[in-house]
Amino acid sequence: MKFGVVVFPGSNCDHDAFYAIGTNAGANVQYLWHKDSTIPSDIDCIILPGGFSYGDYLRCGSIAKYSPIMREVINFASKGGYLMGICNGFQILTESGLLPGALLRNTSLNFACKDVFLRIENNDTFYTNNFSRSDLIRIPIAHGEGNYFAEPETIKELEDNDQVIFRYCSPEGIISDEYNPNGSINNIAGIVNKNKNILGLMPHPERYSDELLGCNDGIAIFLSLIRRFN
Amino acid sequence: MKQFTGKIEITLRKGILDVQGKAVENALHSIEFEMISSVRIGRYVELSVEAENYDTAMDLVSEACKKLIANPIIEDFVIVIEEIN
Repeated sequence: MKFGVVVFPGSNCDHDAFYAIGTNAGANVQYLWHKDSTIPSDIDCIILPGGFSYGDYLRCGSIAKYSPIMREVINFASKGGYLMGICNGFQILTESGLLPGALLRNTSLNFACKDVFLRIENNDTFYTNNFSRSDLIRIPIAHGEGNYFAEPETIKELEDNDQVIFRYCSPEGIISDEYNPNGSINNIAGIVNKNKNILGLMPHPERYSDELLGCNDGIAIFLSLIRRFN
Repeated sequence: MKQFTGKIEITLRKGILDVQGKAVENALHSIEFEMISSVRIGRYVELSVEAENYDTAMDLVSEACKKLIANPIIEDFVIVIEEIN
């Protein structure tokens, strides 16, 4: 299988994602430039990486959604292609309407930059089939606007359809306000769309994919998807 | 065609906690402005628009707000259109 990592002006986790996928997970990967208006036909999964696309002007992700490649990305995902948005990528996915809700300013007003624990809430997706339900992983976060918000009926729909994939939790797996780093409703850290081909998450699995960094819990997300194609 | 100025005020929707506004409110209280409350912080956008008439200008700016300038999931916006003479 082959991954494509989109490079927007201001992306800064594109190289990390490329390295995690290419070197750590051992899959084929190439960069996709934001001005491109076509996506190579051999791409199976597109990554919208973290960073500050277009300087986070106006609202995080709001300008990136209208960049030339996004029209093709939306088209790709609507045909069932796999699409993963990490951090700023998640913000672009909600701004584009590919995932419901929005990401507000962290309730603390602080830029949250630390390791968090995530509980796997649904392992029946191609992004999480390498985990067991309720597995815990340690992954870094680095964001100022990661406070997941959606209307109560949208939250109910997400919960009822098992679309909440990752939740912030304690090192023992307890979900509580104390372990919610940004104020997200129901400690939501990552969700998928109804078809489960689009994943958005605020934490950075690509930053914990190499053993040299002391933790490689993040690689299992990429390996899950690779397993789908093998 | 006429020239108009569009003035847009964007705020977080009522009911969504405005943490920035809350922080400013707390700071105001600490400098003895206890009588001030409900601080909400927003964005202001000003633009020029060419259109046949007021209604068309309003429709254009409203559409631009829904598509890009505001995010209706979390934000409200108020538009004022003024004709430039």
